[in-house]
Amino acid sequence: MKRKNEERLVSLAILSPTIIAIGIFVYGFIGRTVQISILDWNNFGNFIRKAKHYIGLKNYIGLFEEARFQTDLWNTLYFTLFFILGCLTIGIILSLILNNKPKGGYLFQNLFLFPMALSFVVTGTVWRWFFSPGRVGSNPHGINLLFQQLGLDNLQWGWFTSTSSVFNFNLALIAVIVAAVWQYSGYTMAMWLAGLRGIDEQLIEAARIDGASKWQIFSKILFPMQIPITLSAVIVLAHVSLKAFALIYSMTGSGPNNVTDIPAVYMFEATFRSNRYSTGSAIAIVLLIMVGVLIIPYLLHSYKEE
Amino acid sequence: MLLKKSAFLSVFLMIALLFVFSFSALAQDGEVEVFSWWTGGGEEEGLNALIELYNEEYPDVEFINATVAGGAGSNAKAVLKTRMVGGNPPDSFQVHGGAELIDTYVKTGMMQPITGLLEEWGVKDKFNQQILELSSYEGEIYAVPVNVHRGNVLFYNMEVLNEHGIDAPTNMYDFINTLKELDEAGVVPLALGDKNKWTATHVFEAVMVGTLGADKYNSLWEGSTSLDDPGIYQAFAYFNEMMNYVNEDHAGNTWQDASRMVYDGEAAFNIMGDWAEGYFKSNMGWTPGEDFGWMEVPGTRGTFMVVNDTFGLPEGAPNPENAKRWLKTIASREGQDTFNPIKGSIPARVDGDKSKYDPYLTDSMEDFASNTLTPSIAHGSAAPEGFITALNDNINSLITDNDVDRAVERFKQDFEEYVE
Repeated sequence: MKRKNEERLVSLAILSPTIIAIGIFVYGFIGRTVQISILDWNNFGNFIRKAKHYIGLKNYIGLFEEARFQTDLWNTLYFTLFFILGCLTIGIILSLILNNKPKGGYLFQNLFLFPMALSFVVTGTVWRWFFSPGRVGSNPHGINLLFQQLGLDNLQWGWFTSTSSVFNFNLALIAVIVAAVWQYSGYTMAMWLAGLRGIDEQLIEAARIDGASKWQIFSKILFPMQIPITLSAVIVLAHVSLKAFALIYSMTGSGPNNVTDIPAVYMFEATFRSNRYSTGSAIAIVLLIMVGVLIIPYLLHSYKEE
Repeated sequence: MLLKKSAFLSVFLMIALLFVFSFSALAQDGEVEVFSWWTGGGEEEGLNALIELYNEEYPDVEFINATVAGGAGSNAKAVLKTRMVGGNPPDSFQVHGGAELIDTYVKTGMMQPITGLLEEWGVKDKFNQQILELSSYEGEIYAVPVNVHRGNVLFYNMEVLNEHGIDAPTNMYDFINTLKELDEAGVVPLALGDKNKWTATHVFEAVMVGTLGADKYNSLWEGSTSLDDPGIYQAFAYFNEMMNYVNEDHAGNTWQDASRMVYDGEAAFNIMGDWAEGYFKSNMGWTPGEDFGWMEVPGTRGTFMVVNDTFGLPEGAPNPENAKRWLKTIASREGQDTFNPIKGSIPARVDGDKSKYDPYLTDSMEDFASNTLTPSIAHGSAAPEGFITALNDNINSLITDNDVDRAVERFKQDFEEYVE
């Protein structure tokens, strides 16, 4: 008994620096951010004086009434949705192809993963060049120029400078989603490929003998068996999409009338450009809650399983 | 045993390093850390020339050139603020004269007044007094203005104008008609690149100073011009009209891209600060007055929209003596005439040596001496930062939704919230 207590003490002692550091730098700072978000530090003076004038949820209410923040929320919703769908579809198709061990498959497997090694800033800068529209029709650039050369003039359009939207989905986001999917579909592919290689060949063999079509094998056997892996991928991708700050910032900025704006970009501008520290903190907390909604159920779920 | 050995080794290394660092510091007469965002084009060369000048005078001071890249200081300002608030100020830093300096750093007590120093060096009356006024608060001067850029400049491609038989217009009404003519002729009339929103605000403020007039514009920031003045509504209306004549892909471009369109002959006009002159001249190899022309933005004759950089002395600067030497260097005639011709701006002093400047800049120096100066909003001199970003957003929306009434209403709201 005594020995057990001692062990516990030692392990606690070893863990304590981490616990303290996380306590201060993660939870302490979250608490501080919550506090700032209910103060009125919306100009530099109040911030410097550290004026303690609490105004409750006024910053949050103001935020949700603002057109820009509403656009941001729609953008986040659609970006996350299409980004995850895109990564899953393309990643799964690639992994199915590679799982048949085609010639040169090893090379492609690596090739598709490479974009993940880049930072979002690099991706953003390069895809900005690709999608930069130029003067549609008269002097197109990038992909529009390619369309012109191929005689597909009708496909030219404003890409991320377009201000049209459908059901609050700003079409300018398409360019950003393509860039993000390009970077992260390799990730879904790798996850799926690892899972597929672990599935017993005999299972698929048996299904084939029973006369199952390829689609049936995929939808009735492979996909259900891969659900845990798919779920992990979705969680990771969802939180990547909330962190797309670097991609958006380097590729398009917040765009005309905020068509490509996301809360993270607004948070940066509010805090560091316009000295609205409390508004910035409120946005940060909203973002935190959004991430929490995605991740906490998943954590609870996997905790229970363990 | 192994653990002990490596622990001993690392302690030994640390002590050795300590010695190396302390000796390298001993060899110097201290250091001076100057913070700026001068990393691109002529700015960097200009700054290097200033550093050289400083080191000629004070060879024993180690000059730490702390720069943070990013156009118009967009990233540098955030870094600087963190340092200032965190009690780790540089010895001197670049800041736009006017509200950006006064509102953010002077009113909060983070700067030391330098009026006495300027008098001691005998340079106080050598500066343009309106410019010094921008860096003053309650009778004390807080920063040395190094350079002056002009904001309300209209650049044009002379060949394109000649080809279409167009004279440079002198008032806003004619200007819009000219834009229309060019549009019908199939040229992009006005080049804009507002991926970074300030460029659109830059155009707007030039229009507004025209519709309000310089005096009313200046008293707007002191609260004595009514927000219901027709000039304000008119500015939004004219600006909205002008936006019909810009290139479609403006939202994906930077100001350099826009200037480039004028160079390529794709576009006729571009409203930009006169750093665009440096861009045309040094980056593109154009000759001022032959390949490209310039004039004040139509309707703003006699007005000089000031964009100016200053350096001050923060409270708690680690090396105040060396920082004062830096200020003395940049306040001197030699310092200003070293930096400005390279950077492509004009000196804030009135006694600059005109022979060192190109035709555009000498022209600008004459205007600077005789015109009414107005502080720029987009470049931080006129209004607090909160107002600037709000106006940026407002203008950005106006370009898309063309709702002038809404924009004017929002302008008033933001003004009441952030300026008064």
